[in-house]
Amino acid sequence: MAYSDKVLDHYENPRNVGKMDVEKKNVGTGMVGAPACGDVMRLQIQVDDDGVIEDAKFKTYGCGSAIASSSLLTEWVKGKRLDEAEEIKNSQIAEELSLPPVKIHCSVLAEDAIKAAVADLRQKQIED
Amino acid sequence: MNKPIYFDYLATTPTDPRVANEMMKCLSMEGNFGNPASRSHVFGWKAEEAVENARRQVADLINADSREIVWTSGATESDNLAIKGAAYFYKGKGQHILTSSIEHKAVLDSCRQLEREGYEVTYLEPGSDGLITPDLVANGLRDDTILVSIMHANNEIGTVNDIEGIGEITRAKGVIFHVDAAQSAGKVEIDMEKMKVDLLSLSAHKMYGPKGIGALYVGRKPRIRLQALIHGGGHERGMRSGTLATHQIVGMGEAANIAMEEMESERDRLISLRERLWSGVKDLEAVQINGDFDQRLPGVLNISFSFVEGESLIMSLKDLAISSGSACTSASLEPSYVLRALGLSDELAHSSLRFSFGRFSTEEDVDLAIEQLVHSVEKLRDLSPLWDMYKDGVDLDSVQWAAH
Repeated sequence: MAYSDKVLDHYENPRNVGKMDVEKKNVGTGMVGAPACGDVMRLQIQVDDDGVIEDAKFKTYGCGSAIASSSLLTEWVKGKRLDEAEEIKNSQIAEELSLPPVKIHCSVLAEDAIKAAVADLRQKQIED
Repeated sequence: MNKPIYFDYLATTPTDPRVANEMMKCLSMEGNFGNPASRSHVFGWKAEEAVENARRQVADLINADSREIVWTSGATESDNLAIKGAAYFYKGKGQHILTSSIEHKAVLDSCRQLEREGYEVTYLEPGSDGLITPDLVANGLRDDTILVSIMHANNEIGTVNDIEGIGEITRAKGVIFHVDAAQSAGKVEIDMEKMKVDLLSLSAHKMYGPKGIGALYVGRKPRIRLQALIHGGGHERGMRSGTLATHQIVGMGEAANIAMEEMESERDRLISLRERLWSGVKDLEAVQINGDFDQRLPGVLNISFSFVEGESLIMSLKDLAISSGSACTSASLEPSYVLRALGLSDELAHSSLRFSFGRFSTEEDVDLAIEQLVHSVEKLRDLSPLWDMYKDGVDLDSVQWAAH
């Protein structure tokens, strides 16, 4: 299978790889997928006092398209408010990376990951 | 060094230049182009002579009589002819077939077809070592079993079954024994005098011959009868009609001849390459070889690299031509059914690669593979949330995953 140049770029130079402290009040963590299915994404976002995403980190177990989808997502969410980040659609990711039909599920997983991270952060803020 | 380096000799092999040279002599007007079935002129006689010479070369490789060799288009056709041909011919004796869950798709799908036609099939599960033992076969036999089909060497993990032992059991019970030897022929010893096998599938392109040609050994003592699947001019004693492809057949014969002459020295060389590869990667944490370590083909290792996904590992190893399993199923995203049958979790099956090397592989090739493998596995583990969790002591089996 041939990968697009953008997938290859993110795969070879993944952006924002890392791990944040899940306990911190201003960090939201979304972990989606399952090892048995061949992909697991962990996406973390950190917001500033105004609720704007100031940093994002990811780690992904999965194919090149899954790694590229999550790497791209970390670039996109930085500087966005939570409600804006939630509006990112898998179709936008798939289009940007020119994912073939068999890899669309990777972009779906990325969308699930940001939604899960935002939900986690909101839950923490309610509990606060 | 030409890149990418070929590490997929179980998928197919390049045709040996010595083989290609013999084949080219059987094509053009100046060459041996005649129809081997033509009886009325020298063109036919010469072609027939070449075909019969090749038949003897293939028979010699497995210590059989040349009258026991039937030409086919490849091992897939040989498997189909053996299984369906025997099942149809001996239907009156019984309708149960015994095989294993880790056979090649050509065997499994032939059995599935027979199930649709009313036959019953039992699929033996291997142990975690990937072996189908004589005991497993003995316990699976029924009074109405007419055919047992077990592969010699597995095409994904390279394990080699005890065919001699299984043959003792089936022969004693009077059950026909078919062996798919596509992956083992020319690599390990096959002896039809010692092994009580009735039908044996062979392929040319797995042993440095051309694609599109194979053979089925059909034993004469005891005599095995088959119902033909392809009807026509009654070639190959009625078992497989169709004009014989002289150049292909001559190629397979020469490939068999070379394989027999070089088997011993090649085996030792490939085992040392295999050991070189394993000693280069075994110090990475959480890696394992799939299938029995000793009872295996010389040039094959299937290795699991936990917490790294196989497809992305292949993508990162762009200088190495490797596969995550059988070429016949590599278009699918499903984890390998062979690895799952060994008891590997889906996750570990997703994290496995098959390395197979052969006649043109060198120590330098293996050294480069080791260097790139170690680099890529470490890089991808740095990217892997599962590796983080493993390092933090989290038991991945205890996590509630949202399967998708």
